[in-house]
Amino acid sequence: MVTLGHFVLPLLLLGGAITVEVQRPRGVPLSKRQFYEEDKPFTCLDGSRTVAFDRVNDDYCDCPDGSDEPGTAACPNGNFHCTNAGFRPAFIPSSRVNDGICDCCDTTDEYNSGADCQNTCREMGRKEKEELQKLAEIAEEGFLLKKQLIQEAKHGLEEKKTKLEDFQKNKKDLEANVETLRTVKEAAEQPEREAKERHLKAWEEQKAAIRLEKDRARMVEVLLELDDDADGFVSVAELQSHSELDPDSDGSFTEAEAQGLLRGMDKVDAVVFETVWNNIKEKYVSESNADIPPPGETPPDETRDIVSENDSENYPDEDIPEEEEDDDDEDDDEDDDVDDGDYKAPPTTRTDEKKKDDDDDGPMPPYDQETQALIDAAQKARDEFNEAEKALREVEDQIRNLEKEISFDFGPSSEFAYLYSQCYELTTSEYVYRLCPFNKVSQKPKFGGSETSLGTWGKWAGPEDNIHSVMKYENGMGCWQGPSRSTTVKLTCGKETVVTSTSEPSRCEYLMEFTSPAICQEPARFDSGHPDHEEL
Amino acid sequence: MATFTERMGPVLLVWLAVCLGGTWAVDKGNFKTCEQSAFCKRQRAIKPGESPYRALLETMELTNTRLTLQLINDNNKVRLLLELYRLQGNITRVKINELKPLKPRYEVPDVLIREPPTEPLSLLSQDENGVVLSLGPESQRVIVSARPFRLDIVEGRDVLMSLNSRGLLGFEHLRMRKDTSQAEPETDNKEGADPANQDENTKEEEEKVEDGMWEETFKSHTDSKPNGPSAVSLDFSLPGVEHVYGIPEHADTLKLKTTDSGDPYRLYNLDVFQYELYNPMALYGAVPVMLAHNAQRTTGIFWLNAAETWVDISSNTAGKTVFGKMLDYVQGSSETPQTDVRWISESGIIDVFLMLGPTPREVFSQYASLTGTQAFPPLASLGYHQCRWNYNDQEDVRSVDAGFDEHDIPYDFIWLDIEHTDGKRYFTWDPHKFASPKEMLQGLMDKKRKMVAIVDPHIKIDTNYKIHNEISSRGFYVKNKDGGDYEGWCWPGSAGYPDFTRPDMRAWWASQFAYDQYEGAMENLYTWNDMNEPSVFNGPEVTMHKDALHGAWEHRDVHNLYGLYVHMATAQGLIERSGGVERPFVLTRAFFAGSQRYGAVWTGDNAAEWDHLKISIPMCLSLSLVGISFCGADVGGFFKSPSTELLVRWYQTGAYQPFFRAHAHLDTPRREPWLFGPENTALIREAVRQRYTFLPYWYQLFYLAYHTGEPVMRPLWVEYPQDPATFALDDEFLLGRDLLVHPVTEEGARGVTAYLPGKDEVWFDIHTFQKHNGGQNLYIPVTMSSIPVFQRGGSIIPRKLRVRRSSTCMEDDPYTLYVALNNQRTAEGELYIDDGHTFNYEKKEFIHRRFSFSNNVLSSVNLEPEAQFTTKSWVERIIILGASNPSTITLRTADGINQLEFDFDASMSVLTIRKPGMNAGADWSVSLQ
Repeated sequence: MVTLGHFVLPLLLLGGAITVEVQRPRGVPLSKRQFYEEDKPFTCLDGSRTVAFDRVNDDYCDCPDGSDEPGTAACPNGNFHCTNAGFRPAFIPSSRVNDGICDCCDTTDEYNSGADCQNTCREMGRKEKEELQKLAEIAEEGFLLKKQLIQEAKHGLEEKKTKLEDFQKNKKDLEANVETLRTVKEAAEQPEREAKERHLKAWEEQKAAIRLEKDRARMVEVLLELDDDADGFVSVAELQSHSELDPDSDGSFTEAEAQGLLRGMDKVDAVVFETVWNNIKEKYVSESNADIPPPGETPPDETRDIVSENDSENYPDEDIPEEEEDDDDEDDDEDDDVDDGDYKAPPTTRTDEKKKDDDDDGPMPPYDQETQALIDAAQKARDEFNEAEKALREVEDQIRNLEKEISFDFGPSSEFAYLYSQCYELTTSEYVYRLCPFNKVSQKPKFGGSETSLGTWGKWAGPEDNIHSVMKYENGMGCWQGPSRSTTVKLTCGKETVVTSTSEPSRCEYLMEFTSPAICQEPARFDSGHPDHEEL
Repeated sequence: MATFTERMGPVLLVWLAVCLGGTWAVDKGNFKTCEQSAFCKRQRAIKPGESPYRALLETMELTNTRLTLQLINDNNKVRLLLELYRLQGNITRVKINELKPLKPRYEVPDVLIREPPTEPLSLLSQDENGVVLSLGPESQRVIVSARPFRLDIVEGRDVLMSLNSRGLLGFEHLRMRKDTSQAEPETDNKEGADPANQDENTKEEEEKVEDGMWEETFKSHTDSKPNGPSAVSLDFSLPGVEHVYGIPEHADTLKLKTTDSGDPYRLYNLDVFQYELYNPMALYGAVPVMLAHNAQRTTGIFWLNAAETWVDISSNTAGKTVFGKMLDYVQGSSETPQTDVRWISESGIIDVFLMLGPTPREVFSQYASLTGTQAFPPLASLGYHQCRWNYNDQEDVRSVDAGFDEHDIPYDFIWLDIEHTDGKRYFTWDPHKFASPKEMLQGLMDKKRKMVAIVDPHIKIDTNYKIHNEISSRGFYVKNKDGGDYEGWCWPGSAGYPDFTRPDMRAWWASQFAYDQYEGAMENLYTWNDMNEPSVFNGPEVTMHKDALHGAWEHRDVHNLYGLYVHMATAQGLIERSGGVERPFVLTRAFFAGSQRYGAVWTGDNAAEWDHLKISIPMCLSLSLVGISFCGADVGGFFKSPSTELLVRWYQTGAYQPFFRAHAHLDTPRREPWLFGPENTALIREAVRQRYTFLPYWYQLFYLAYHTGEPVMRPLWVEYPQDPATFALDDEFLLGRDLLVHPVTEEGARGVTAYLPGKDEVWFDIHTFQKHNGGQNLYIPVTMSSIPVFQRGGSIIPRKLRVRRSSTCMEDDPYTLYVALNNQRTAEGELYIDDGHTFNYEKKEFIHRRFSFSNNVLSSVNLEPEAQFTTKSWVERIIILGASNPSTITLRTADGINQLEFDFDASMSVLTIRKPGMNAGADWSVSLQ
């Protein structure tokens, strides 16, 4: 087929060149010669009307389709055919006939304009041939490389698929492992939790007992302190001497108020005082250290460090009315939060104070051996579980990446796969441009300055019949008062994979030219002289 | 991009400011209101009443050509000198200056084409109240009243115009400064003031120091005003007038509005960033000419003053509703409509030309006799221009050029904006992007196309830049108030501004366009002067300080003239480089009265919005009325990006406006005509092709404009002066007398309503040939391909239907004559042909013919028998609209008699005569039997 074309074409051209002068009206291609028969009326090619043959090329447009003036500029919609012997034949718009500009390389379009045109067809033909040959050579080599690339991609793909399968199998194993270890972990955590709770509970009880004892001791102390007359009763007057106990804190601690605190009695004995004590202990200030505010009843903070994390915070009880206390407590919360991070502790005085409070209860006693053993076992199970889970996640990531790569559109034969995770640079006078196919395009000033994203991989954007000839990278860095930057990458056949040029034809819309063997098409053979290439 | 940001720092700042403001509109705070302009505020504060000025009749001197008379201000006893001239062609000139000014006051040079020739004035009567002078053979008289001073021009019993009838003549005489130390405490105060309140404080202080008479601060700029107050103002009353036009440049309606409730129209050439529509703010150019029109008469006022000027308009009917007006009419209210105008200028003298018409055509000719006519442009410049900021490099130019061929769209000029230069050094080329300009220009020349490269008047201060060094060493820069070279910030960064008011500077500038000076230039390279207001990014109101010095004069005096001088010098350069043979083509953004003599004007940095498309019509019509015919707006809109529909509609409109250039801002996406899909490419191609088919008509109209001063693009009222329905129309226009264009300027339009004027006229749709009666509002359904254009019945328009790559390629092509018959079955038209690019038409090397059709005979006669030119063009077709079917058609030429073939379309009454074939320059006649 190709061989035949090559053989016959010159003959046709030769024949054409002869008929042009003898038989065809000017500007008519050989293929339409039969419609222009001399001395017969001419019917416009659209059939709209028939005119005398002398109306053909008489420099007046008679046919609405322009077909009566193939060789003049008379019709606005006509076409002129140049034979261009030695080069390619071409149609030009009629408006370019005799406009003083040489359009046809055989000069036939300027037959009456005085334009000094030279026949350049032979030279153009030679140039084109050379050009085509060069391109063909490139295409040929490129295509060979492409075949390699396809092979490599195929291997690569197979490898990846195998790897994927391995990973997937591995993943199943890992999943099973994770489940097993989860069960083990949970099994180990149950006794751990119970032992810890037991330990905690025992300590809580112990603490409560200690606290109660302390409270009672203090009560007695206070009773003695209050009982100024040492009659074994606390009287209204005695109570009144402690103005801090004023229930409405209005500055006057009245008798009635004091009596109210003493449950309506004038004085109470030690037994009744026990019930009174509960109402006043919050406010009571010991006479010996009246300046020091009473310690709040905040629960010991340290416990939280030991008990499991989801133990809820002990918020202040409702029976701690003073705002100051509230504030303190909130501060404490913050302190706790802060402790988790790297932030520094609050003012030392307070820390000391707090320490002192906490010291009252003392630290939680260490776990007993049995509990500690349970904890250690559970921790081991947890570590093993976490490790297994991490391994699974890693495999899952790898699977995802592999799947992404495998499912990527790398062209009909995956010939573009080799570009994946590669980057190519082009340095211009001002910038270094970087194209990382299927990933991103960026621009960096040559002499310092930060990188600007010109887009991340969007899609193949070539014409329908050759969609893999153009790449589109979108959503780069936003342009001031405009869209975000984007880059169109045009691929052409080349032996090497190189960015050959970049430009910014429109503000923030970049154009990159990129050569790659992967886009090379199987070269059409012009030359049958080399039989060893014929299989191509 | 990075480099761009550096270079454009200051602009970006402005942009950013606007951007952050969240609006696309102009930042009005950058520009003065009348209230913020001390002299305007002072003058506007004077209310109508008894004028303090009195004419001293005893000082009157009447020579054959002029009357002089002293005026005295009874408040301060300062005397003025009034000069009154009767000029040839029904023009009265009134000049008022101080009798003995402390120093000379600026009188605008170089705008009038010559000292206007006078005609004798004669004294009709005189008494102690005044004098009456005759203005020639008609019954026109000037009445000079003495106490108070006023001038009335009357014809018969009608007052045409009165001056100082409202007593608003104001003339701030030059005076010595009394207190020279007053600036100091003011400075102290300012330092202590809260910056936020500074404006207010400043204002108060200004009042204390006599209304900013000796110093004025706007924003951060202080005007030192060493000459003190010097404003002039005068009122004009126009009895019987309800419509006034002109005083461009404003983005406003054709019919000027009254200004009582806002600012006056301002004339002060300014680079206004993202200008707003429908307001009286100043723009890039100023032509202080106003036309007044009613059904009986058209007159004009030309206020020759180049300083900052404000124009107040008020009307006694403006506030009335239509019903109120009707009531007046029915009840016979005695109040005739009247428009009152007041002109206020910052310095100079009062020099005003009263153009008394009485027809629009006569006013055009009167104004042309003073300031000249439109430069006759090279034919190619009437084609399509493709511009963008910027075509990036030679390859870009090559590929855009190729794109036009590929898509078969004609164009004549491709343009290069500032980025083509080497670092904004004009007259140079970027060594990388435009390394071989001659090669590029040759490539265009091979296709018979041309290029325009920008040359702005701000000169980069750079001792390695030849242009700067020469200007600097010759002392050609404008000076600052202290005598050093004035420096401002513009595109190149720090820049000097050549003093174009100096003839030696202009001559030097012109010499820089010579081929041996302007490297890379060739004969198909033309020039664009932008930023010539002048634009100074860091100056007050983005322009030059008023106290900068042009020799003895302050910038204040010459400001509005600067752009004209730049344009003048550049056009002169292009003429000289060809030894005076070739016509120049220079586009300018700033302009003044007289700028029409140097080339084309465009409406500056508009935006891709429908309203900007609409406003292009009144903006160019207003310019046309005051002599500047070669006007256009950036097709597509400069700022922002047009929708495809807007772009197509803009091409369709621009194709029928005089200067047809697409342009776009650097930050907008590309918009070459083929980038919007094949359908829109086809629509744009068709619009551009229509333009090219009408080039013979455009060329003839420009010849007419050059020859007579008649505008190319005309408001309807110019041709239908007695039809009040046309007086305010500015959504449609005429080209010459014969084409009526009603562009589609509404988004999603399904139809337009066009007013077809002329009760006895008929109009033919140029596309369908359908005939419509005049004197009606016609609803025209439209599609995206519609451009409603009508040819007047009674006209003959020559067209060239063989549209080619460029206008030059069409030079020898044949004509098709469109003969549109009126109800009397007659028609007339003209054809003008010359070489299209040289001044040889001045040597009568042209063809000018008149076509006329009557009694079924169409004939071509020579309008200029002494003119000589030969053309290869012939007549290939005659299309007669509104014809009947003849039996035979005979052509008579010097070579004999021929029968012609023809085709008759009975449905549309269109007769097409096939290939008559006679040369376009020959005498011939075609008879229908």
